[in-house]
Amino acid sequence: MQKQEYTITVYTENQIGLLNRIAIIFSRRKINIESLNTSPSEVDSVHRFTIVINETEDVVRKLCRQIEKQVEVLKAYYNTEEEIIWQELALYKVPTDVIAEEVKVERLLREHGAKAVVIRKDYTVFEVAGKREETDNLIKVLEPYGLIEFVRSARVAIIKDSDGFHKKLKEFEYHQPGEDTSENEFLSENEKVFSM
Amino acid sequence: MQTLKLKATPKEKKSSPAIKHAQEVSGSVAVLDALVAENVETIFGYPGGAIMPIYDALYDYKEQLNHILVRHEQGAIHAAQGFARASGQVGVVFATSGPGATNLVTGLADAMIDSTPVVCITGQVFAHLLGTDAFQETDVINITTPITKWNYQVTDATEIPAVLAKAFYIAKSGRPGPVVIDITKNAQLQKFNYAGYEKCEHIRSYRPKPIVRKEYVEQAAELINAAEKPFIIFGQGVILGNAEKEFQQFVEKSGIPAAWTIMGMSAIPTDHPLGVGMLGMHGNYGPNVLTNECDVLIAIGMRFDDRVTGRLDKYAKQAKVIHLDIDPAEIDKNVKATVPVWGDCKETLPLLTEMIKQKVYPQWLQKFQEYRQKEEDKVIYEELNPTTEVLTMGEVIKELNELTKGDAIIVTDVGQHQMVACRYAKMNQTKSNITSGGLGTMGYALPAAIGAAYGDPSRHTVAIIGDGGFQMTLQELGTIMQFKPNVKIIILNNNFLGMVRQWQQLFHEKRYSFVDITSPDFVQVAKGFGIPGKSISKRPDLKNALKEMLDNDGSFLLEIMVGKENNVFPMVPQGRGVAEIVLCREEV
Repeated sequence: MQKQEYTITVYTENQIGLLNRIAIIFSRRKINIESLNTSPSEVDSVHRFTIVINETEDVVRKLCRQIEKQVEVLKAYYNTEEEIIWQELALYKVPTDVIAEEVKVERLLREHGAKAVVIRKDYTVFEVAGKREETDNLIKVLEPYGLIEFVRSARVAIIKDSDGFHKKLKEFEYHQPGEDTSENEFLSENEKVFSM
Repeated sequence: MQTLKLKATPKEKKSSPAIKHAQEVSGSVAVLDALVAENVETIFGYPGGAIMPIYDALYDYKEQLNHILVRHEQGAIHAAQGFARASGQVGVVFATSGPGATNLVTGLADAMIDSTPVVCITGQVFAHLLGTDAFQETDVINITTPITKWNYQVTDATEIPAVLAKAFYIAKSGRPGPVVIDITKNAQLQKFNYAGYEKCEHIRSYRPKPIVRKEYVEQAAELINAAEKPFIIFGQGVILGNAEKEFQQFVEKSGIPAAWTIMGMSAIPTDHPLGVGMLGMHGNYGPNVLTNECDVLIAIGMRFDDRVTGRLDKYAKQAKVIHLDIDPAEIDKNVKATVPVWGDCKETLPLLTEMIKQKVYPQWLQKFQEYRQKEEDKVIYEELNPTTEVLTMGEVIKELNELTKGDAIIVTDVGQHQMVACRYAKMNQTKSNITSGGLGTMGYALPAAIGAAYGDPSRHTVAIIGDGGFQMTLQELGTIMQFKPNVKIIILNNNFLGMVRQWQQLFHEKRYSFVDITSPDFVQVAKGFGIPGKSISKRPDLKNALKEMLDNDGSFLLEIMVGKENNVFPMVPQGRGVAEIVLCREEV
């Protein structure tokens, strides 16, 4: 099996120490986390982790089971790039005088979909939201014009096929999960089964 | 009889003498009240600065809670593990912050890998001092995260009742495991309005048992019914699930030969007609070889540890695998399951038993018998009936079997003696085999035996320990001296760290690198702790010495000198498949 990029989405309780508990599942197996984001989710009180790693599907499936095994984790999903919509946000700090003088720069920025966030006399901060290549490209473009600072956020991803977590959470709140809990939908598809 | 402090008689309403109505109590009292409500009777612990308020409250709980003062916190947690394994209840540990808590680490890792339910309560510095490098401050939560099923730091007393309820629920439900609750000193002292203790029954993000899926049970039954050479391999899951009866019914109706992992041993009596022996590196010949001949492999409550499977790419490749486990993360982890039967085996086994046909496999069983005979001829007979003057570990176990009739709890340490004891010990009852299986913790047996003696005082507890492992935790003789649990200690002394020596002999050209270990006069050491003892090295003394040990009122230490360079066989050398198991040195 070949390694490829997988995006893992984890729904959890918001608990101190849980980030560490999840992170060490990767570090224990010497797997590098390419990107990690924690944020609120569509459900009040439920937290959402988005983790990107490069691994084989077999390993990713096992990792998700280990993650789901943690007491405070509600659910873990993994998806390939095609199955998600994702974005990263990048910020670029560039000297304002260069931009003011070189008309070309302004054009380049517009071409890359950059938006000015702050404009000061000494520098201007632009933001770009997009895929990795897009934000990477702009670094190369801006470097000759004295790029002062660059930073990029972790990936945030939406699962194309997901109906969100509201319904699922209700199932978790019952003592005895009902018949239509998530895993039954995969009953005949052994390969897809990875949940509890 | 020496007075073993027996379990307190259950009282009608178990509530603290300090609590009458909903009222102001300290966090410490709430901790102890929670323990009483969870029917805890025995605590293994060691006091210190950051847990003093809890110990102060314990002073008023002497009637309800029996605190055993160990000699080192590692002893406390191993004792709690032994207690849990012998009784099926949650073991409870108290330790202070800093070194007290870090001394628990080995036991936590051991309990984690062997799925032993333990709740450890550690003291912590005042909340306002957290992160200031205060005296005896350690980041216990982060140290113990990878080796606990759950852990939590309490900084406010009002959290205590709910957190402890969660701790007990998590420790014992589903696949059991250790839990650490770290309580800052201010929370122990803080008074709050206590409304009583309520047991936890549900945590929304935690599902202890996966849903039993009838479809998979049906598929499993179909495979079993069509099988010609089916083989059952079972682990501790059967014991942890209290499913011994259900398991035995399944085995007997199916007529399928069943072999145990070291952790599953004693789930059915070792002399059960369908019990074909132990799996694994030093397990029995037939079960290992025939794993690679069966057509359907039914794994129940076991996790395909590498010591059981040997090389995975040569493991049961011909077989369809049915895997019954309560932990979904175990399915397909090491061995791909053809049919995964998720769930508590206490629920899944009866369903499966109902769907399978009553069958017998005389020819298939005959094969196990043939391999048994081969092992008997090449290994077992000589081990149990040696022709040399030097005693073997095997014959000690054989004599012990005759005296205990298989009714004792056998607690073993780690190494050659552990393998020999598990190969030859007879066990009639469940929860008879207490050993450090997954982590291989030397020094486990003595404290674990102390715990086991409290966990099930109705049985003899016999600790079998090597000369190396005994020296790792021998300070716990002090605990035996003071509290007088009835522990029979057998030291099988070969003057070597025997298992490492065996490997050095077999795989490192006999370059014996630091395996030659000198021992003190163990009998004198025991005497110093007020424990009677004896040392023997001759065959004619063996039976009487064992008898003297077992008949003695209270604990006894018996050192038995055994062959220095005896090896444990059969053996699946590391990196080889289970079918490549060897019976003697020449075959390695």
